[in-house]
Amino acid sequence: MNRRSTKLVALGATAGLAALALAGCAPAGDGADGSGDTTTITWWHNGTGEPLNSFWEDVAGEFEAEHPGVNVEVEAFQSEDLQRTLIPNALQAGGDAAPDLFMVWAEGEIKAQVEAGYLKDLSSLTDVVESVGGAGTGWNVDGKQYGIPFRYGIEGIWYNADLFEQAGITEIPATFSEYSDAINKLAASGVSPVGVGAGDGWPAAHWWYQFAIKTCSPESLTKAADTLEFDDPCFVEAGENLKAWMDEFDGDLPFQSNPTSTPAQSVPNSSAGLLASQTTAMELMGTWHRGEVAKLVPGAPADNPPAPEWLSWMPVPDIEGASGAPGAALGSGDAWGVYVDAPDETLELLEYVMSEDVQTRFAALGEIPTVAGAEAGITDPVLKQIAEGTVNASLVVTWLDTQYGPVIGQAMNDAIVNLMFGDGTPESVPEAMNAAAATL
Amino acid sequence: MTALDTAGPAVTAGPAPSRNTKHSARRTTRKWGEISLFAGPAVLVYLIFVLLPVLLAAFYSFFNWNGLGPLDRFIGLDNYTRLLADPVFHRSVFNNFFIIVMSLLIQGPLAILVALLMNRPLRFRGLLRALIFVPYVLSEVTAGLAWQILLQSVPPNRWGPFDTLLRSIGIENPPAWLADQDVVMWTMFGILTWKYLGLAIILMLAGLSGVPEELYEAAALDGAGWWKTQWYITVPLLGPTIRIWAFLSIIGALQLFDMVWIVTGGGPLNASSTMAVYMVKNGLNVSQIGFGSAVAVVLFLISLVIALVYQRFALRRDLAGAITGGVR
Repeated sequence: MNRRSTKLVALGATAGLAALALAGCAPAGDGADGSGDTTTITWWHNGTGEPLNSFWEDVAGEFEAEHPGVNVEVEAFQSEDLQRTLIPNALQAGGDAAPDLFMVWAEGEIKAQVEAGYLKDLSSLTDVVESVGGAGTGWNVDGKQYGIPFRYGIEGIWYNADLFEQAGITEIPATFSEYSDAINKLAASGVSPVGVGAGDGWPAAHWWYQFAIKTCSPESLTKAADTLEFDDPCFVEAGENLKAWMDEFDGDLPFQSNPTSTPAQSVPNSSAGLLASQTTAMELMGTWHRGEVAKLVPGAPADNPPAPEWLSWMPVPDIEGASGAPGAALGSGDAWGVYVDAPDETLELLEYVMSEDVQTRFAALGEIPTVAGAEAGITDPVLKQIAEGTVNASLVVTWLDTQYGPVIGQAMNDAIVNLMFGDGTPESVPEAMNAAAATL
Repeated sequence: MTALDTAGPAVTAGPAPSRNTKHSARRTTRKWGEISLFAGPAVLVYLIFVLLPVLLAAFYSFFNWNGLGPLDRFIGLDNYTRLLADPVFHRSVFNNFFIIVMSLLIQGPLAILVALLMNRPLRFRGLLRALIFVPYVLSEVTAGLAWQILLQSVPPNRWGPFDTLLRSIGIENPPAWLADQDVVMWTMFGILTWKYLGLAIILMLAGLSGVPEELYEAAALDGAGWWKTQWYITVPLLGPTIRIWAFLSIIGALQLFDMVWIVTGGGPLNASSTMAVYMVKNGLNVSQIGFGSAVAVVLFLISLVIALVYQRFALRRDLAGAITGGVR
């Protein structure tokens, strides 16, 4: 073998291996394949569990049957992985690596993707945009619609009706002082009244959010979201109100012991698990909680576990004398966004996924739909209550960490947990938010 | 075969100097061809997946970048000054060093002691060795989740399995293992010791098998007891093993991430955060790729300095000629 051929073989082998390695890294892309006959649409969602995973597969199959030559590749990923790692990396890689249809979170979360020019403006899909009504507001950036919510609802207090009865609570509390009475009765009956997964930060932070939307006027909230300046005194007042409420009780109350080591969901010792095993009587959480609790009920079947019969829901009571809008609620949902260079058929798929028929079947699985008319599919009485509560809320404020974006969100959540269970002060929460905003 | 065409005559009166040079040049070329053929792919993979990300992280750390769109907000050393001023980062660095020091002070001696005991003729020795090694074989996630569930308690009406056990032997108010800021790092150290002690013991046992039998016989003839024999013969001869174990332990403690992430997530209130946990929480989880990269660079530099210093001073005899250029 002469010098040249040795070199060539070495180079060839190296290049070949590198090419193989790199080819292996590139996911199947969108657009037409080599033959030019088939269009492939990639669709990423967060329905990793059943029945959702199979449901989205079925919907994709139905669309393929109606659209010969279109191939839909559906993949499910855990929410945080999807939102924090997979989608940003795929969008940054661009081209074939980016998914065509994928989940987007509202307001501050979607903004960076819009600013980088990765999302298609969906405003032209007027029927779809109108069908979701006010729920779509959070995905409207600078007057253009970049996401269509498929799931939307307000959070409330999930409670155990049996434990309420045992503790002698006959009326659902309508004000915070009635709510405190209920907590005392539950504690006297030997149950931990309220469970909170402060180990994950955000479940505890939602308590402060609730006090903030009930303490701050809608104008103050809008101004803070627009300017990302948190100097309005109502933010300090919200922390004072929260702390004053927590200090009303003896010992660890109103929350269970060791809240800062309790995760939010997925495992038996999470706050969802404590509610499911009837150790705690209540938990403040979003619409998805029905499914989380059902999964963690001791002895629940692995596939499609039913929600326990005692699981009930009530809106968060109003705080007497607070200057926030009465009936204001906290909530949001998950939406579909479309990659800027996605094939045109993706919009047709989106229209199909958001059709009243698909949304009605989605609702029948125990979800809260967004399309008007699809609520007919809701069979669960608790979810019906949440859907009504969402429609009746005087104002739905998006989760504050979603609204202000992840950087401020994380600093705010950490400061709130520190205020509730550490040595933080009511002032330290807006201070941390302002400091985080300064790094943006 | 092309090699035949270029080969010189089989017998010569003595190769001319020019031909000799040509031959050796050809040999060198061939040698490099072979090296690139066999090592090339591995070097390429190393460059793409190890060296390039390190360099990119260093580059990103000078930007305010959320991972989306162009890198156009150069902020110089701002990420570093912000990082070095953050008390949570200080706490994280402290926690890494806490684990290093405690491992060296407690895990190492414990492993040597158990290895010495297990090196004697024992019934079920093979079974014992296997049992001790089991935690190391388990994945971090499985072990972490198991410990999280075992230690989680919601007194007064739902005690976790571990606390129930303690209460059954009369310890009524066990500490809040994962919820108390003053206790949580000791809990983490306990879990890590449970997980990694087996590896240390197996390493020490391997080291012990290399101690020549004659030395023990000589000591016995001199009338040395068991303790004296271990202290003056076994432990000094275990030196290289101990130094390598300590090196692995230090590097492992600096990288500590998965167990903490699963068991406490860095909580409560960041009390069990480590540098790697801090990096993921403040970099990846909130899409601050520039800031996260700055944390990664600092973590890399700390690890590099410690590794170099350790190799230069502690491992110099063990690695003579390999890394330190033949120190005798």
